[in-house]
Amino acid sequence: MALTQEHIQLRLSEKFGDLVSNFHSPYGMLSFEAVKDQNLKVLQFLYDEADLNFQFLTDITAVNYPDQPGRELAVVYHLHNLKDNVRIRLTVYTDILSPDIFTASKLFSSANWMERETYDFFGINFVGHDNLKRILNVDEMDYFPLRKEYPLEDQTRIDKDDQMFGRG
Amino acid sequence: MSRPVRFNIHPTESKIAESISMTEAPEGYSGEGFFSARLSDVVGLARKNSLWPLPFATSCCGIEFMATMASHYDLGRFGAERVGFSPRQCDLLMVMGTISKKMGPVVRQVYLQMAEPRWVIAMGACASSGGIFDTYSVLQGIDQVIPVDVYIPGCPPRPEAVLDGFMKIQDLVGQESIRRRNSEQYKALMNSYGIE
Repeated sequence: MALTQEHIQLRLSEKFGDLVSNFHSPYGMLSFEAVKDQNLKVLQFLYDEADLNFQFLTDITAVNYPDQPGRELAVVYHLHNLKDNVRIRLTVYTDILSPDIFTASKLFSSANWMERETYDFFGINFVGHDNLKRILNVDEMDYFPLRKEYPLEDQTRIDKDDQMFGRG
Repeated sequence: MSRPVRFNIHPTESKIAESISMTEAPEGYSGEGFFSARLSDVVGLARKNSLWPLPFATSCCGIEFMATMASHYDLGRFGAERVGFSPRQCDLLMVMGTISKKMGPVVRQVYLQMAEPRWVIAMGACASSGGIFDTYSVLQGIDQVIPVDVYIPGCPPRPEAVLDGFMKIQDLVGQESIRRRNSEQYKALMNSYGIE
């Protein structure tokens, strides 16, 4: 029997109740939201259950939604069931003032670098991570560049205005 | 039908004298059995026609430089046949391509490892000014970390532009005083980059 989205949703709702919510499937990929401090429990459940078997972590990333107070940062986990070839997406929202999320690096070793990258660009503090420091950007950087707090271009520069690019 | 193949069965002998280009002798005073000129002119002549480039190629400008080095454009005509990958031996650093902020210290390290006299070309928009990458991770021009002698504009520049930039460097090298590195101006320039 193939693993269906309805089955996954049913199993999660049975186990976690209201702690998981907002099930939808954009472009056919089941996505849902979990309460912030339940992320590890949900990941562990999806990993351990024989019929779910989501044992491969494809990606961890984050999204900044500056116009959602209290839910500014979303940490997104992409999981893959290699046996049935089913992918799901788990999102956890957090406040930008206390972006503390439990680390998944004890469950998935591959999460180590992904969480460092997510910390590097969004400043998510993964609680329990062994080595949470910058991985791609220069060590001296004192901000988190992919947060939507910065203008895209330096507005004060005159050496790179439109005329220099032939579109003045 | 197979492709007709033509063989060059009557090759003309190449005349070696025709394929050698000579440079002008420096200005000087010559008489029977002697020639006198300024030492800096002679040294400059030797230096400018035997530059050893160190290609620091990080992106598409590097591909354009490969075309410049290859037989069609042939940078070897300018005495720069010997491309070295050791900064200790080279005297012309050619930075070609986007230099990220994380790469900045590496460029600087390579520059510091080069022996005097040394020159730098910034090839292309990215090396000169950051180019289209006005972003948090890209160095906005390598002149923020090392002094640059010649900027080549273009994205990427055509091989002709690279040759033109190279000839500009040759002019600089040929006319330079052999005491350049002792001058106050040069020391001030180096100090402004925090280089002793």
